[in-house]
Amino acid sequence: MSNDGLYGFETLAIHAGSTPDPATGARSTPIYQTTSYVFDDTDAAASLFNLQTYGYIYSRLGNPTVAVLEERVAALEGGRGAIATSSGHAAQQLALFTLMEPGDSFVASNKLYGGSVTQFTRTFKKFGWECDMVDTEDLAKVRAALDKPTCKALFCESLANPGGVISDIETLAGLAHDAGVPLIVDNTMASPALCRPFEFGADIVIHSTTKFISGHGNAMGGMIVDSGKFNWAQNEKFPSLTKPEAAYHGLVFFETFGDLALTVHGHAVGLRDLGPAMAPMNAFLAITGAETLPLRMQRHCENAETIANYLQNHPKVAWVSYAGLEGNKYHPLAEKYLSGKAGSVFTFGVKGGYEAGMKLVEACELFSHLANIGDTRSLILHPASTTHRQLTAEQAEAAGAGADVIRVSIGLETAADLVRDLEQAFEAV
Amino acid sequence: MDSHVVAMVGASPNWNRPSFFVMKYLQAKGFRVLPINPAAEGQEILGENVFASLEQLPCKVDLVDIFRNSEAAGPITDQAIKINAKAVWMQLTVRNDAAAARAEKAGLKVVMNRCPKIEFARLNGEIGWSGVNSGVISSKRRKISS
Repeated sequence: MSNDGLYGFETLAIHAGSTPDPATGARSTPIYQTTSYVFDDTDAAASLFNLQTYGYIYSRLGNPTVAVLEERVAALEGGRGAIATSSGHAAQQLALFTLMEPGDSFVASNKLYGGSVTQFTRTFKKFGWECDMVDTEDLAKVRAALDKPTCKALFCESLANPGGVISDIETLAGLAHDAGVPLIVDNTMASPALCRPFEFGADIVIHSTTKFISGHGNAMGGMIVDSGKFNWAQNEKFPSLTKPEAAYHGLVFFETFGDLALTVHGHAVGLRDLGPAMAPMNAFLAITGAETLPLRMQRHCENAETIANYLQNHPKVAWVSYAGLEGNKYHPLAEKYLSGKAGSVFTFGVKGGYEAGMKLVEACELFSHLANIGDTRSLILHPASTTHRQLTAEQAEAAGAGADVIRVSIGLETAADLVRDLEQAFEAV
Repeated sequence: MDSHVVAMVGASPNWNRPSFFVMKYLQAKGFRVLPINPAAEGQEILGENVFASLEQLPCKVDLVDIFRNSEAAGPITDQAIKINAKAVWMQLTVRNDAAAARAEKAGLKVVMNRCPKIEFARLNGEIGWSGVNSGVISSKRRKISS
């Protein structure tokens, strides 16, 4: 029975996608550590390869453990289907691969995770993809950029890493739809526990499951979730989904799979030919992590609020950019899109700039100095010298990663211990 | 699914058309599928004779599955009502609300913009392969599908 509409978010986080293993009754999802799957006979094999029936062929295209995570995240986002990938970056590439042809372009917010900026503006050029980075708070500029005939998508983060910027998803979805293109939202920082972009009109959600969904800093992974609501045949922009696919004997994905077209294409063409499949072991770790996502996000946010308040009153701190603070510019958007929360990753400025920032990071004993977010452990980083290093000074500034900026990802430790660690680290500054 | 005989309107004899492999799949799951296609009348598709219209079918039909466009689905739905089918199913991207209302008024069940092959697989756990959100939450072990 289809019954997930009856259940709450916490129940879905534990149960969606993982009924007991049909072969053994195993209640926890087994790790199907296999590359391939036997065919019943040659006719069944041919049908599988032609996408005419369902079943596993090869773990690059699909794996039962990975499929559980795909369904889990799709359910948490309220989507129709999902495609797991080896990393969040792979998810971005694969999602755009379905939408774009060489010579095409897409519009992206200029307030993005630095790694995304580099991938979009430098590496994607090699595929003939152009990325127009715009300030998504300047709606006239967004509209003008979307007007370009080659434009195939609008991309933003629900909660941007690391600047604490929150996108006005509903407004941006309206602009994207007016231009006949989907809105893609990277929901990594907020996670579906705080924000469900499909409820505000987004069409595709991207995750780095490495972060809050897995939550323990131990498994790389990415996810593309499709709302199933975008009409790919409304214009001529998306031939991968609406024109015959030669490699599948002229099959037309949108005609054949309807609102599952993007999901099936992502597996049957994207994963098949680009190859960034998620490892079953990583899927297992992410499945286990996802079970506690709602609980963890609650504590992540509580701890982050405590630390943000502490920092805001610290004499050596110039500013704190945390949308959870009263008076923050993005506080109203946090109310609308993130259930009034603001996640656990944010930035602050140390008085004394670059040098002071480096000293603070190096003096921490409990906060780990590393380049990740969404871990149980608290993390601290100086983006200008690490994650955002590849950017120009202007790009870094726009992305909220200027010279004095410190990024923290607040973990699940005792909040007072985190405050004490920062207190002793500030003494070194 | 309590429909055992399916009339498939718009069934194609071409092996790589969606209707062909939906028919093949439903046959494999134990349904009898009767193909309707005036252009292929008298031919055979997957071992079944092709009929020109629903009215020509020699037996009772539980479900009428429509592989035609939304507009054509109107008169086909009316024929389905006439031959006392129990349900009308319009395929993915096919939707005709007026026809659906007429069918429901006549006591038929109606599904639109969905594929019976995908829905069957979704509900019996076969479809995990493609990352589909099945909507199924259960602590019971499922039967292994053949």
